[in-house]
Amino acid sequence: MIEVKSLTKYYGPVRAVDDISFQVKKGEILGFLGPNAAGKTTTMRILTCYLKPTFGTATVCGFDVHKNSLELRRRIGYLPENVPIYPEMRVRTYLHFWAEIKGIPGKKRRGEVNRVAERCGLENVLSRPTGKLSKGFRQRVGLAQALIGDPEVLILDEPTVGLDPKQIIEVRNLIKSFSKEKTILLSTHILPEVSMTCGRVIIINEGKLTAIDTPENLDRHLRKSHRVIMEVKGACESVTHILEHVDGVQAVRPLRIRENFFSYTLDTDIGKEVRPLLAEAVIKNGFNLLEIRPLEMSLEEIFLKLTTQEAGGKGR
Amino acid sequence: MRVFSIFKREIKAYFVSPIAYVILAIFLIIIGFFFYNMFMYFNLRSMQMAQYPYMARGMSLNEMVVRPLFQNMSVIALLVIPMLTMRLYAEEKKSGTIELLFTAPLSDVETAIGKFLAAFFMFFLMSGLTVLYPFIMSRVSTIEWGPVWSGYIGFLLMGGAFISIGLAISTLTGNQIVAALLTFGMLLFFWMIGWSSEFVSGAGGNVLSYLSLIEHFDDFAKGVCDTRDIVYYLSVIFLGLFTTVQMLESSKWRA
Repeated sequence: MIEVKSLTKYYGPVRAVDDISFQVKKGEILGFLGPNAAGKTTTMRILTCYLKPTFGTATVCGFDVHKNSLELRRRIGYLPENVPIYPEMRVRTYLHFWAEIKGIPGKKRRGEVNRVAERCGLENVLSRPTGKLSKGFRQRVGLAQALIGDPEVLILDEPTVGLDPKQIIEVRNLIKSFSKEKTILLSTHILPEVSMTCGRVIIINEGKLTAIDTPENLDRHLRKSHRVIMEVKGACESVTHILEHVDGVQAVRPLRIRENFFSYTLDTDIGKEVRPLLAEAVIKNGFNLLEIRPLEMSLEEIFLKLTTQEAGGKGR
Repeated sequence: MRVFSIFKREIKAYFVSPIAYVILAIFLIIIGFFFYNMFMYFNLRSMQMAQYPYMARGMSLNEMVVRPLFQNMSVIALLVIPMLTMRLYAEEKKSGTIELLFTAPLSDVETAIGKFLAAFFMFFLMSGLTVLYPFIMSRVSTIEWGPVWSGYIGFLLMGGAFISIGLAISTLTGNQIVAALLTFGMLLFFWMIGWSSEFVSGAGGNVLSYLSLIEHFDDFAKGVCDTRDIVYYLSVIFLGLFTTVQMLESSKWRA
């Protein structure tokens, strides 16, 4: 559905997007992940024909951003980052205006506006001015706008930014509900969002594509160590000493919980089950083992690792 | 069809904000004041002339009221039109709606024409309401309507040229005040450029005087619809629209 080939965009001398290539298949939700100013918005703007790439090509539904921009734009619904609205227009007139612009014939316009409004839960605010809506409703108006004309591809730039937790869940569910019929490309810098909504993730940093895979695979491949948490009663120094000498342990970080009780976070070698050895070592030396459990390394850490490695590689 | 959608939205936007009412009020009050003064002066002169009938030959409402009125209207248009055009693109740039507009299946030509027509409609409304003044004169005296209509044709063409320059300039910035000031400066410059034709000799002087936005208007106010002047204004309108579309296209490559 979406095909991007060695896309590069310069803003003057600044390279905002650097040689990015990827593909999105029909019916897929692809998450675009990266720190702020990584080039997510720029890439999306190129795909929606708001900007022209300096080098490279991109096609959506087989239409090129240069040659068939109008046809391409007919097939995408776009939600820009800050959900631009005309504040003086009411929600109904606003949606109606975009239905006109997107070429919905006069007779069907009213039905189309009602359809997208219902889909996004806007029935009760249709006569409110868009400028007076809360952030959550404004976001839904933006989504409704993107849905007008039933486009095949949705491009959503940070759809949940600035919402409260309840609204985030609502918008996320809304996006998931589209996933059956549409191909979706969404960007975010909130990591749990990606593992919750997206089938595949692209990690992008400083304009470069760092990784592209499913959230699970990313998790598996990029993990350099396992992590174990232990709680042990006894003197910290001696326990640390004992744990450090267990085979497969890379590092031990103790944390005091209360008098004589310490929690230890251990990095252990990958592919090795060290928990029995750890338990044995503790007990053998006469300490009380209160807890031992594996700690999942979150996507956040993987992401942080990926993006900081990249910066380090450039000699900063 | 899409041009009409843009046009409708722009007109609504003018009337939802106080901008349309303020501009209409200012324009009509000032023109009304000019009209009153010139008409009363003419009245005074006519009463003086009544005692010396042989001097009354040169007295003509068209020459002494209509023509200066058009000249004053053109000065006020120079001041008011930047206020009309400043928001056209600048506001959309500021609020970000331009991103939706550019990513919708709609060509830049369509938005430019829709916006131009909306501002032109406002200007048409403003000018239309001033027809009241010649009408008042025709009730109490006799005027020739020919030069009045030709004056209006010229006034609308000139306004169209101003608007298309303002439209192009409003694509440059996201700040409405900057857009208005730049437009005002640009219009004033092309207004005054004819002045230096007096002492620039030969072809250069002719070119300068041909470029001047106001020189072409005077013929219309006199009652002369010269195709040269019509072509001049139409080409300025076209150039403005063309520049607008080019600017929009180039902004996609730059940032």
